[in-house]
Amino acid sequence: MISADIQVVLPEILLAGYAMLALLVAVYTSKDGLASTLTWLTAGVFLAFAVWIGINGVGTDTAFSGMFVSDDFSRFAKITILISAAIVLLMSEGYMAERGLLRFEYPVLIALAVVGMMVMVSAGDLMVLYMGLELQSLSLYVVASLRRDSIKSTEAGLKYFVLGALSSGLLLYGASLVYGFAGTTLFTGIIIAVADGAPIGLLFGLVFLLTGFAFKVSAAPFHMWTPDVYEGSPTSVTAFFATAPKVAAMALFARVVFDAFGGIVGDWQQIVAFLSVVSVFVGSIAAIGQRDIKRLMAYSSIAHMGFALMGLAAGTALGVQAMLIYMVIYVTMNIGTFAVILGMHRDGKPTTDITMLKGYSNREPLMAFVLLVMMFSLAGVPPLLGFFGKLYVLRAAYDAGLGWLAIAGVVASVIGAFYYLRIVYYVYFAERDDGAAGRLPPVLWTAAVVSTVIVALAWVPGINLFGLEPFAAEAALTLVN
Amino acid sequence: MTVFAFTFYVFALSTILGGLMTVVSRNPVHSVLWLILAFLSSAGLFITLGAEFVAMLLIIVYVGAVAVLFLFVVMMLDVDFAELKAEMVRYLPLGLLIGVVIIMQLALAFGAWNTSDMAMANRLAPVGDNENTALLGLLIYDQYIILFQLAGLILLVAMIGAIVLTLRHRVDIKRQNVIAQMHRDPAKAMELKDVKPGQGL
Repeated sequence: MISADIQVVLPEILLAGYAMLALLVAVYTSKDGLASTLTWLTAGVFLAFAVWIGINGVGTDTAFSGMFVSDDFSRFAKITILISAAIVLLMSEGYMAERGLLRFEYPVLIALAVVGMMVMVSAGDLMVLYMGLELQSLSLYVVASLRRDSIKSTEAGLKYFVLGALSSGLLLYGASLVYGFAGTTLFTGIIIAVADGAPIGLLFGLVFLLTGFAFKVSAAPFHMWTPDVYEGSPTSVTAFFATAPKVAAMALFARVVFDAFGGIVGDWQQIVAFLSVVSVFVGSIAAIGQRDIKRLMAYSSIAHMGFALMGLAAGTALGVQAMLIYMVIYVTMNIGTFAVILGMHRDGKPTTDITMLKGYSNREPLMAFVLLVMMFSLAGVPPLLGFFGKLYVLRAAYDAGLGWLAIAGVVASVIGAFYYLRIVYYVYFAERDDGAAGRLPPVLWTAAVVSTVIVALAWVPGINLFGLEPFAAEAALTLVN
Repeated sequence: MTVFAFTFYVFALSTILGGLMTVVSRNPVHSVLWLILAFLSSAGLFITLGAEFVAMLLIIVYVGAVAVLFLFVVMMLDVDFAELKAEMVRYLPLGLLIGVVIIMQLALAFGAWNTSDMAMANRLAPVGDNENTALLGLLIYDQYIILFQLAGLILLVAMIGAIVLTLRHRVDIKRQNVIAQMHRDPAKAMELKDVKPGQGL
């Protein structure tokens, strides 16, 4: 029995084993001298695992009496997480090395965080869920304060840690209430226990659980930590925060609400819809006053999480499919945007002030164009990919009878378009001689150009999002049945 | 009142008292001592539940290690507790308000508390002839092995994190090099000088 279980969790075990081996080898040899190699190697390992999971996985397997589930949904999320983590890791190598932050622990911690995320999306039990979440969060707290000589970075790590601990507490309290009602922490047991309807005690547990998740995906009104953490962390770490962990947390959110509480959709639907509508408005309005592009991207991520939650709020397979597609599109757009942000230099130093982008098009025409495409796509301007992501979730919400939510989403996205377009205005129409410039290193250049091509052209009828849609649909169907 | 009920109430009350005094006592060292009382009383509660292994663990790990560590931290760190308290007083009314609201809501939840029909059957503890250490071992290393291993990974991350954030390789300090020290040659390391009386070096 145990060998069959191990077969199912083999990717996680091997990745954890790789992380520990890498740590040992680096400690006993040239330590930080190996950091650069290790970063590339880790990214390669991530990609290899993504391919392996993609080829190998068929059907639904459970391990450890249902505590760990490997199905189409978890595989979809894992592949997205692994690929985006690999790309961000490659993008961060140059930046971290330049600032003297590239320590060999960095790729190791990222690898362990990815193990945590893979466990999160495969969780079939509240306890496994919590363990995965903590493994991921703890690694992220550390990388947030990796620039330990800077007060802002330390503050970011500490703030993230304290608020993260608080949210974990809320989540655990909710889990204990759910356990108190159902007598089990297994999702398969909980869904049977709540089949006859949910009493008020269980609803309290559900609300606490969702509060914890909302914190992790940084949905308003639990978003307060996001701007500070994004601003304080080293930029490449911010790029990581904005991609893989978001996908993992969102997939976890979907997994719990459908696998454990799929029988009482009406009860959590209103909560998720509320989180969604508050997030899109807070993200769109609060970003207008931001002068730092990392803070701006933080608010942008809050708004985007609101849209992804909109798909979830629909409570249908179509909604989950829309959410998954939205997350993939969101990650692609963020990779492109952060590639340009990581390359923003002024007098040889990285800068994140958005007024530094004034006149950027005169200095770096190609990167300015990348930024133009990304900003239009983030704002949801057709025919770019971001528009289709929004279209999917809005349609799912509308089909599920949440017309008001869809309308609110459209209104918020119009408001949000203002600050994206302001950046485009700065880049193309404002003048400044001493602003950001500097050629992007090859890795960043490639990431920026490739994601621009994807974002600009993936909607073309022959390409159809690279066949992403059927995979997402299959993944959504295994979750919602 | 049976003996069982009596012991339960004694331990329960002293746990609550310990927790309350941990928060309100003025001297931080006293806080830690009250915390130890809370730990000990909850260990007592575990014994009344028949979970003697957990009770022992609570005493050995929490009282023996964690609380003592807290004591060291409290005594060694130069924290201005008066200032922290002043800060707390400022937020006290708001905190109390939120606390009261949450307590009222929880009362609402627990007032109407009921469990699902299968909860009791689901919850049944594995009972055997073995004592509870052995049974716990079976659960942790067999049924919940994945949780146990994940907890190990989390601790590993905590360790790596602590090292990454605090370790500094300093070059300007002298370190011991045992081999080099043992192989020092007196002929090279020292020089004997004949000092004439009244002249000095």
